[in-house]
Amino acid sequence: MTRGRFGEYGGQYVPETLMGALGELENAYQRFRENKESMATLHHYLTEYAGRPTKLTFCENLSSLFGCRVYLKREDLLHGGAHKINNTLGQALLAKFMGKERLIAETGAGQHGVATAIAGAVLGIPVEVYMGEVDIERQRLNVYRMSLLGARVIPVTTGTRTLKDAINEALRDWVTNVKTTHYLIGSVVGPHPYPRMVRDFQSIIGVETREQILTKEGRLPDVILACVGGGSNAIGMFYPFLKDDVRLIGVEAGGKGLETGEHGASLCAGSKGVLHGALTYVLQDADGQILNTHSVSAGLDYPAVGPEHSMLKDAHRVEYAAVTDTEVLEAFSLLSRKEGIIPALESAHALAQATKVKDELEKDDIMVINLSGRGDKDVVEVARLEGMVP
Amino acid sequence: MLAGRSAPAFIAFIVAGDPDRAKCVQIAKAVIDAGADILELGMPFSDPVADGPTIQRADERALQGGMNTDLLFDIIREIREYSEIPIVLLTYFNIVYKRGMDRFYHEASSAGLDAILIVDMPVEESEEASRLAYDVSIHQIFLVTPTTSAKRLELILSKAGGFLYLVSTLGVTGVRKKLSADALHLIERVKGRTHLPLAVGFGISTPDQVSQLIRGGADAIIVGSALVDIIEKHLHDWNTACSEIASYIKRMKQASGEYKQE
Repeated sequence: MTRGRFGEYGGQYVPETLMGALGELENAYQRFRENKESMATLHHYLTEYAGRPTKLTFCENLSSLFGCRVYLKREDLLHGGAHKINNTLGQALLAKFMGKERLIAETGAGQHGVATAIAGAVLGIPVEVYMGEVDIERQRLNVYRMSLLGARVIPVTTGTRTLKDAINEALRDWVTNVKTTHYLIGSVVGPHPYPRMVRDFQSIIGVETREQILTKEGRLPDVILACVGGGSNAIGMFYPFLKDDVRLIGVEAGGKGLETGEHGASLCAGSKGVLHGALTYVLQDADGQILNTHSVSAGLDYPAVGPEHSMLKDAHRVEYAAVTDTEVLEAFSLLSRKEGIIPALESAHALAQATKVKDELEKDDIMVINLSGRGDKDVVEVARLEGMVP
Repeated sequence: MLAGRSAPAFIAFIVAGDPDRAKCVQIAKAVIDAGADILELGMPFSDPVADGPTIQRADERALQGGMNTDLLFDIIREIREYSEIPIVLLTYFNIVYKRGMDRFYHEASSAGLDAILIVDMPVEESEEASRLAYDVSIHQIFLVTPTTSAKRLELILSKAGGFLYLVSTLGVTGVRKKLSADALHLIERVKGRTHLPLAVGFGISTPDQVSQLIRGGADAIIVGSALVDIIEKHLHDWNTACSEIASYIKRMKQASGEYKQE
């Protein structure tokens, strides 16, 4: 069995052409982590450029509404508007370290594409982003944002024309241009070493949260919630708390309801399978063909999940739940009105589950919600869903 | 499975169930009658990351035509009844995994399959598959590519059965105008280091490319996308599809035969 397992999950299920590149990446990443200068450069970009550390905001209005102490980890305040830049700056610097001349990426909601375009622009590396036609349609603003940042967006017209197919196309590009190109995967998915590497770059979310809550409250939170598509913001938040007595909840895209089959809840409703290089929970039919997914949020519209989440589910260390599009839109509106913060539809999933979990908490209990991104990109789509614009 | 041959072999790839079961079997028979030495069947998958647009479209057609794993074994069985030609299955890992590895290999063997190549299963992930292949007497085939290091080549050669599948170029499947220099270089690297025949595939479509590869030392040539292209062009006239396929294979066979007969 290959390296890079989380329990039985993960691995390297890729065509032979990529095995050399994955080995090269693993070695380079190891050297990158151990190189003080590289880590100092990453720290510099994260603090001076991206805006770390992000705030842990106490929400007075939500707290009195929920009947517990509610904090938001404000990844929405990062440059680019989401947690994605933690990973793209890391991997783009790594790509430079490896001497790669070109970055490719996939994107669903467009957030990872934008974050890759930003990293490519500031570090001087050309970027090409694969994006499904369906997603291009519902995330026009981010498509334009990427082109302003100098990236080329390549529409993907195959399969379901969403995130999964964008990953397929990026993998095909990488197989072809593997010598010169780094594939900058945006989540904790894909073959080893990606799930581990992306988790490491995102773990700063949980590391900061831990310090901040200890300073503010003198103790760890009782419950932490984060949304899960591929699962990078969730694993980044959860990882530094895995050994603590803290309840961790990952929230998946329930779409139109798990019973309808139109959702993106791989952990709640999927079964074991291999997609995009890793053994993990996958939405598939009885013959192993991957199913179409649905979510109001393009960033969670994905039929698999990071392999580490699969392990954490089986180990019962993290609870996984799913909320519907309707519940998500209510939460989107709730945070906007109560706290003056418009959340990304992805992050609104965590918030929607929080409105249910609150009933199990006491007044002094501490709840942390990872606000992984801001909702500006979703405003037009939500307005359309509410019939405000055609 | 190519043991005892003196002439180079022609391996024809088609997608199982493209565009449906009956038509696929009809094409397979045309391929066999035209003189193909080995038949390679691709099991369609929803997310074929190693394949270019031609085979992606064939996979989609087949899946829309109702193709599934049960039908795959039916198709193999039907072709096996018609001919003794060696049949190789090309599939993605999840198809095998979801069926249950043990069940898949046993069903494949009893349907009459001779060899299997799991495209996204590198040799490191192959322990269970190789054991099962041995148990049910199916050859487990592996890919060698221009990016395969010397160390990995050793490892692959120690596990590979049937024939060695040399990938002629970096990239996905699909017709290419020119033969990549990588292909000849790869044959040179591997030749003489294994008792397995060397079969070269990916991007090959013309008689000229075939004779170059045979001269370079290839024991067999694999052609896929070029055949699937012909099928796609004649979806509404199946008899023409079959006859075009047959005359194409004869031309390619001639190109592979000429050199060694000299």
